[in-house]
Amino acid sequence: HDGKVFGLGRKAEAEEIAAWDIDIRPDGTGLPVGRGTVSDGEVLFSENCAVCHGDFGEGVGRWPVLAGGQDTLTDERPEKTIGSYWPYLSTVYDYVRRAMPFGNARSLSDDDVYALTAYLLYLNDVVTDEEFELSNENFTEIRLPNEENFIADDRDAEGHDMATSAPCMESCKPGPVEITMHARILDVTPGSVDDDEAG
Amino acid sequence: MSETKTPLSPAALSRRSLLKAGLSAGTLAGTAVAARAAGDPLITEVQDWNRYLGDGVQARPYGTPSPYEAHVVRRDVEWLTAATESSVNFTPLHELDGIITPNGLCFERHHAGIADVDPAAHRLMINGLVDTPLVFTMEDLKRFPRENRLYFLECAANSGMEWRGSQLNGCQYTHGMVHCVMYTGVSLKLLLEEAGVKTSAKWVMPEGADASAMTRSIPLEKALDDCLVAFKMNGEALRPEQGYPLRLVVPGWEGNMWVKWLRRIEVGDEPWHQREETSKYTDLLANGKARRFTWVMDPKSVITSPSPQAPITHGKGPLVISGLAWSGNGRISRVDVSIDGGRNWTTARLDGPSLSKALHRFYLDIAWDGSPLLLQSRAMDEHGFYQPTKNELRAARGENSIYHNNGIQTWHVKADGTVENVEVS
Repeated sequence: HDGKVFGLGRKAEAEEIAAWDIDIRPDGTGLPVGRGTVSDGEVLFSENCAVCHGDFGEGVGRWPVLAGGQDTLTDERPEKTIGSYWPYLSTVYDYVRRAMPFGNARSLSDDDVYALTAYLLYLNDVVTDEEFELSNENFTEIRLPNEENFIADDRDAEGHDMATSAPCMESCKPGPVEITMHARILDVTPGSVDDDEAG
Repeated sequence: MSETKTPLSPAALSRRSLLKAGLSAGTLAGTAVAARAAGDPLITEVQDWNRYLGDGVQARPYGTPSPYEAHVVRRDVEWLTAATESSVNFTPLHELDGIITPNGLCFERHHAGIADVDPAAHRLMINGLVDTPLVFTMEDLKRFPRENRLYFLECAANSGMEWRGSQLNGCQYTHGMVHCVMYTGVSLKLLLEEAGVKTSAKWVMPEGADASAMTRSIPLEKALDDCLVAFKMNGEALRPEQGYPLRLVVPGWEGNMWVKWLRRIEVGDEPWHQREETSKYTDLLANGKARRFTWVMDPKSVITSPSPQAPITHGKGPLVISGLAWSGNGRISRVDVSIDGGRNWTTARLDGPSLSKALHRFYLDIAWDGSPLLLQSRAMDEHGFYQPTKNELRAARGENSIYHNNGIQTWHVKADGTVENVEVS
């Protein structure tokens, strides 16, 4: 018995696994050998990324903001960026290499991605030296500021969704119910000019 | 099609247009009386469809809905996202009934557009902490024993625009990032066993073949429980926008994890903390902490009619209140409906199949006296979890969680039958 139940499929070749398995974990597992500097990253960023994300990661139009927003997570309008929100640098490297630039994914070399990741650290003030070089060797020494602020799913502890007692069925509120907000006043539904909802 | 057979445009027939033309319930009733006096010409005169031949059987090799239903379509909200290729559209829940979503109306959520994958060129790889890393073709996958399972798929961000209050006017927009179809596929457990999962394995990570190469970490326990690798929906091949030729099915859990165009499953001993489980699909709380791995979709419901896109046009008297309820924890055991904003509740009637982690249809048949209503529905699942109010959710989480808004929806039905999305005290 070789562990196969149906004998379907075939063994994956090492080259095939290497081609598709490019994911990286926070402990650095999966990082390719390579390196890149902040200044190299700045050039690459302006050529490949700034058209959407802005020269300084500030975002053009509604495209994602990549830098800034530190200490805004308790604000009314938090700005969640790599520097202010993301827990792990591995995600930056992995995601840029896997899915960016938008519309031309997998076009960057491993060294390009190290350089861009270094530049994103610089834009977020995690490193301050323009000559800083990020590599597979020093990668896991870098910690992002918000790592400690992620917690496990504890929705159960909220209590409101657990029927410890049967929900109220009659006279559940003391007085008449008041309307406190109208969607129509905001009027942002498609086709809602002339208050006629699409569909 | 001859001119005499050309139907009125759906827009011309819309109930909203009738309302705007001032045809109140009273005048409609008057017209009906007049028609009866002379005889309704729709009855007394021979209609075209009663005289002329319709299309033959060769005319519609793959049928589409009646042109009178042309308004029943997915719709998007342009201002929500920066690009249509990384965006969402919405299922027209207000026009549907029962619990099955037609394939062409299932909402779409892509991160890099609809991948155009040739099934003959598609491969599924299983690698990582397995005895033998494997590659399957679609033909291989269709030789494994199959399962048919009906499940809802709800985007984690469904109702996410409503955290700060009433924003979008229609259940298509507030609740339409959900659909429910029957999937045919292979148990993920069988595929993992084929590769031989090592004892050190604790997590799996599906990956998509599209340009976003979507990845999520899923605990092995869930992967071995009820996940499917599906190639059919509602009996036919997956639609391209739903992952053709292969997608992951993760029952009861947030839609983002149902990776489309599935090409690889890695087995590991730690989660990967990918972009879609760090930057996205984490839920920021008022204290600046963020929950991660909030996988389950909690009990939820919405009244689909009456609703802002489905106003009451028939006047007083019998009124069917129709809606959907679902829970990622299992079956829905009960739905309560209020017509006075949650002061008093009546248990509605569930109709149709009641299946675990699937949409359920409920009805409450009332006699409407023409007075304004504040309609709400409150779902309860088989484990006794019930749907909270939006204010209860906000008190616990603040307003910036984006995801997992399962708060009770209120519709304000006005005396003229129009309906609005509101928040209540």
